[in-house]
Amino acid sequence: MPDQKQMYDKGKVVAGLVIFVVLITFPFWYNHLKAAPAPQLELTKKAQAAKNCVRSKDYMKAEHMQLLDVWRESVVRNGERVYVNEEGKEFNMSLTNTCLDCHSNKAEFCDRCHNYASVNPYCWDCHIDNPKEKK
Amino acid sequence: MEKSRRRFLKVAGITALGVGAKPTWDVLASDSSHDASQPKVKKGDKALSAEQWAMVIDTRKFTSEEDLHPIIEACHKTHNVPDFLDEEHEDYKPANKRHEIKWIWPEEYKHAFPSLENHHVNDRVKALPFLVMCNHCENPACVKACPTKATFKRDDGIVLMDFHRCIGCRFCMAACPYGSRSFNFRDPRPYIKDRNPEFPTRMKGVVEKCNFCAERLAVGKMPACVEASNGAIAFGDLNDHESEVSKWLSENFTIRRKPGLGTGPALYYIV
Amino acid sequence: MLEIAFKGSKKYYGWILALLGVIGAAGLCYIWQFVYGLGITGMSRDVSWGFYIAQFTFLVGVAAGGVMLVLPYYLHDYKAFGKITILGEFLAVSAICMCLMFIIADLGQPMRAFNVLLHPTPKSMLFWDMIVLNGYLILNIVIGWKVLEAERNSAPPPAWIKPLIYLSIPWAFGIHTVTAWLYCGLPGRGFWLTAILAPRFLASAFAAGPAFLLLLVFLIRKITKFDAGTKAIRTLSKIITYALIANVFFFVCEVFVAMYSGIPEHMDHLTYLFFGLHGHGVLVPWMWASMILMVISIILLVNPITRNNESILALTCVLLFIGTWIDKGMGMISGGFVPSPTHHVSEYVPTCPELIITLGIWCTGFLILTILYKIVVTVKEEGMA
Repeated sequence: MPDQKQMYDKGKVVAGLVIFVVLITFPFWYNHLKAAPAPQLELTKKAQAAKNCVRSKDYMKAEHMQLLDVWRESVVRNGERVYVNEEGKEFNMSLTNTCLDCHSNKAEFCDRCHNYASVNPYCWDCHIDNPKEKK
Repeated sequence: MEKSRRRFLKVAGITALGVGAKPTWDVLASDSSHDASQPKVKKGDKALSAEQWAMVIDTRKFTSEEDLHPIIEACHKTHNVPDFLDEEHEDYKPANKRHEIKWIWPEEYKHAFPSLENHHVNDRVKALPFLVMCNHCENPACVKACPTKATFKRDDGIVLMDFHRCIGCRFCMAACPYGSRSFNFRDPRPYIKDRNPEFPTRMKGVVEKCNFCAERLAVGKMPACVEASNGAIAFGDLNDHESEVSKWLSENFTIRRKPGLGTGPALYYIV
Repeated sequence: MLEIAFKGSKKYYGWILALLGVIGAAGLCYIWQFVYGLGITGMSRDVSWGFYIAQFTFLVGVAAGGVMLVLPYYLHDYKAFGKITILGEFLAVSAICMCLMFIIADLGQPMRAFNVLLHPTPKSMLFWDMIVLNGYLILNIVIGWKVLEAERNSAPPPAWIKPLIYLSIPWAFGIHTVTAWLYCGLPGRGFWLTAILAPRFLASAFAAGPAFLLLLVFLIRKITKFDAGTKAIRTLSKIITYALIANVFFFVCEVFVAMYSGIPEHMDHLTYLFFGLHGHGVLVPWMWASMILMVISIILLVNPITRNNESILALTCVLLFIGTWIDKGMGMISGGFVPSPTHHVSEYVPTCPELIITLGIWCTGFLILTILYKIVVTVKEEGMA
């Protein structure tokens, strides 16, 4: 009479489990169990001088992608191209010509944080990221 | 016990929904709210508007194909249209022909108007190519075909592309009876000489075409081709009797491309 | 039941390995296409759909063809087909999988494919095509699997499966009708702008699908103990005969209307395909070959002596399959784009990577088919033992 509690193929099961655990925790091993330091973003002189962005700093930090999504929907599909913020200040809703006009340092501003968060937005496949430089 | 747990889950679920939706709501709320402190979107003060934009091309004002080139160049420069046929480009190959992108281009009478076939048109028309582009149809076949509404018709009659949404199925290209649409078979950027930062480039895998310069109308400018045409192209509201297009149309006999298909082009030609 | 698929002979595994090899090569080509764009194909501004969409169109037909087994058995209680309806259903599953892969391979932005669900557009025929194809896929997986499982357990299939089976019959006609409507509702494409396109698609489907199935039946009989039975084979060959005759008849109607009316927008495409236009005619030999193959097939099928000789019948099925494949998989799509709406002639020839990707998708379909048929045949053999 075989023992009911016996585990069949014990060796294989345990080996499989070990491999599974190692694989699933791979990202932690890969980063040597250390969290990467949060990036320091640099503001251009123009951005510093402006003091305020389109919306508050906290809002922009957390929600700039939603804001841009609303902008693109509004500009492309509804032909409404002007954004009026809470203070009544008007902005041309343009990633290239408004956002990047101040934040002209894409590498130190956009990319740093995007790389840290490991997100890869492809806005710049189409929207020109260096409006002031020729080509 | 059982009951309170269920209630807790319910409340937690609704809260999670609310928290998740809040950012979107914040942004969208700006639309409907009359509260001055809420952000909102609007049209620019100088934006031009119409019930139905239309274009009339007076082909009598062109003497040769040379006259068309500055117009085409103005459009293609404004909109960052790549030139895959540039033989001086370092990577040029004859196969580039397949990847060609054009918004506005010259076409002989028999190609522009195959359904108005006439072997015996006069010598001037025989020798003079016609400018063709998207017709911004009243009943556009491409809009019907698009499975994602990436191409759509605005209230002012302009048939537009939303490059963000296009999945590149090319159904619109099959549907367009005028061959007005181009597909980005590859990354266009290496073949754009001088980028215009006022307009985006495109990425591989999306369809594009003439947009009646919607981005220029929004800031009070006429379309680039109209500006570059030295008065050979009129642009305006078809439903406004005072507009230049209405005047030209009432004073001259005009033709449209493939009228028998019922697409209703908004592009008229004085021959 | 899936565990059956893992227990096979060396030959079985060899075949699967060979398929995986081709699929791997195609996968690499697809990565190239994904990175570079559809520019690696032979498609162009004028011929904006090519081999992928043509294969898709042909395979929707193969998928719909399975209904020619399901319909007689379930609606007319034609018992000879009872043993093999499952083959029709699983053939449909693999064909639809290929169709979906061809659509994805043809998209410029495949990562955005779900925009079709995110922004549903009932006015677009592609939206409906997505619904009917996925619906038909699910129907056939569920029906095939449940019925086979019941057979394995020597029990009747669950009662709820019956309505699904009845639904799948008109649905099969639906998939190919909607696929035809993708093309025949476009105002500027004279070649497709014809009401007979959907019937023609269906006729060619009901010839090509069952012909392929018949070949599979012969193959299965040769390498396993499962025999579909002479009666089923003979009936199926008659169905193929009528469908093929209908297909050629519809085509003749098409040619008559286009050529006799002489309207250039309709006539020029046929002229291009069969005689060449303005000095261009890469498809001319193919189109004539297709016609000759179909006519020979009809002659061999109509004559009972050749039809009832199984080796000749098998050969006929091969000829017929190639003939209908050229017609739909090569001529139907390119033909609609040449000449272009501005009446220019730019020809289309697929490129090497394009052909490898195409072959890879076919092999993926065959892989799915192999696994499903392996399960079917094993269950059938178990039943006989």
